Amino acid sequence: MSLTDDNNQRRPRRAPLSEKAWPLAKTSMLTLGSISVTLLGLLFITFIIGRVMPIDPVLAIVGERASQSTYDAVYQQLGLDKPLLVQFLYYLWDVLHLDFGTSLLNARPVSEDIARVFPATLELATLGIIFGVVLGVPLGVLAAVRKGSWIDQVARVLALVGYSMPIFWLGLMGLLVFYGILGWVGGPGRVGIFYVDVVPSVTGLILVDALLDGNWAVFKDAFSHIILPASLLGYFSLAYISRMTRSFMLEQLSAEYITTARVKGMSEWDVIWKHAFKNIRVQLITVIALSYANLLEGSVLTEIIFSWPGIGSYITTALLSADMNAVLGGTVVVGLIFILLNIFSDLLYKVFDPRAK
Amino acid sequence: MADTQTWRQWLLTETPTSRRHAKISAIYQGWLSFRSNTMAMIGLGILVLLVFVAFAAPLLAPHDPFVQDLGNRLAPLGTDGHIFGTDSLGRDILSRLIYGARITLYIVALVALIAPVAGLLVGTVSGYVGGWVDTILMRITDIFLAFPRLVLALAFVAALGAGIENAVLAISLTAWPPYARIARAETLTIRSSDYISAIKLQGAGPLRIITKHIWPLCISSLIVRVTLDMAGIILAAAGLGFLGLGAQPPSPEWGAMISEGRRFILDYWWVATMPGLAIFTVSLAFNLLGDGLRDVLDPKAGE
Repeated sequence: MSLTDDNNQRRPRRAPLSEKAWPLAKTSMLTLGSISVTLLGLLFITFIIGRVMPIDPVLAIVGERASQSTYDAVYQQLGLDKPLLVQFLYYLWDVLHLDFGTSLLNARPVSEDIARVFPATLELATLGIIFGVVLGVPLGVLAAVRKGSWIDQVARVLALVGYSMPIFWLGLMGLLVFYGILGWVGGPGRVGIFYVDVVPSVTGLILVDALLDGNWAVFKDAFSHIILPASLLGYFSLAYISRMTRSFMLEQLSAEYITTARVKGMSEWDVIWKHAFKNIRVQLITVIALSYANLLEGSVLTEIIFSWPGIGSYITTALLSADMNAVLGGTVVVGLIFILLNIFSDLLYKVFDPRAK
Repeated sequence: MADTQTWRQWLLTETPTSRRHAKISAIYQGWLSFRSNTMAMIGLGILVLLVFVAFAAPLLAPHDPFVQDLGNRLAPLGTDGHIFGTDSLGRDILSRLIYGARITLYIVALVALIAPVAGLLVGTVSGYVGGWVDTILMRITDIFLAFPRLVLALAFVAALGAGIENAVLAISLTAWPPYARIARAETLTIRSSDYISAIKLQGAGPLRIITKHIWPLCISSLIVRVTLDMAGIILAAAGLGFLGLGAQPPSPEWGAMISEGRRFILDYWWVATMPGLAIFTVSLAFNLLGDGLRDVLDPKAGE
């Protein structure tokens, strides 16, 4: 923002306000438009999936022994006699009110269920991305600075293995080694059986809740349970983040201004961190946002391995028991977050990188 | 000896005598530069081995992969006759891995056929026709691109029903958008080139231009992308199998085998470990091969 203002002031004649405001307004209108179209597309896909599913939603509610009149009544109540387009509009209306229907399994509103399980996924993915960034960014920078050295090779192999490894299998092996053989970490689940529901749920993030309650025993136990799945997710984001950091850094380090800075006698540390790294921050943040979105999704398989009661476990359990509303509700929520993070990283790029204009 | 010399010279000549000669020579030079990449050659070797194992499965497998032997359940590694041990129904793990190679190849081949072709169609039409067709097609592509892939595949499989074919369909449905993007970008650069104008003047219609002149030029970047995506496809298929949404039992699909071994991972670790190693090896091989191919076919994209 400030950059554009500076540019305008440097001009001999100040541009009229409308001329200045128009591109910004246009960009935000376009962005808003594209967001809504993408979201509409997402909802349309889930709607279609819900309609072609080989499960009769009426039978699921009334049961097999209901009379024809009951069946017809529920059929009409669900709006299934209306044209598809009208049904889609009903669906949009419901989703806008965060109404995903009721779960067929426990007869509770799906939105309540999702609100209950989502913090678990959020906690796991957030800790994962923290690991990924804290280890991945320095590794990528080092690999670029010492290109071709052993550390570059290590980073390369780590990334290659990360890209090729089935995450659920690595999780199983982690459980086998660190829980089964070494006993260093807690097993599956969020906390041990003696610590369930000990601290009051304020944020839904058990580490934060334990801290708020001042209960160190719960915190330690929860930490020993989350550390393995979180480092696993962290490893997968590290693979991606370190590779991207490396290639961004290489691009900067070969630029002429770096040579100039070195000729001026600037210390290598300053050259790397104050010049080169400063210039890749925006690109890096977009990469991190994308990889965070991927972690939220990638946690589906991890959650199953670690019996983690998050949204991934929720969707899969619902899937296997043909709980259609729960599957679609979960899909919409994950899709929404994924899309919003994508758009957020896009916007960030546009706002902070003057070249993107 | 002298004969091979002349072959080499013929292949490496700088004055090719015909178009086909020039083409073969170019392929040979690409092969030479690919061959110098050790890691890529290792990847290629593993994949050739995989194809061989898949085709010769009945000859190589020491046991029938479906025959149960409940008296010999969960035999450890290195048991006589069962070098990788047996699973919870006494089936030989090595034989199941060997037959599983067929399923993996089948899935990869199908997805590699469907997704890039769909992407190529959408991308070239979008790029060549332009205008509102381009806007609509690219909007649809963006929507699919913005969608979380695994969750979308899960929802598709839920709608279509579990099974290998549906898993292939679900993975393809989530895999085509990047190909469409690539094909469109290539088309846009090719469309405005002089030779396209030249054949237009000669009376070539859009269909002919797209199929005969644009598609061949998109192929190489698509091949690189497909090879690099193979690892992801294998992992996605294994993930669906692991969740019980891909291949159904008793099929020896590697992901499903891991899921089965998961129940007793702490006591009988090899049941889940061996198929995981197989998945890892194959997807690593595809990644190595893809990196090597990228260096040969698309030198700009490398670092």
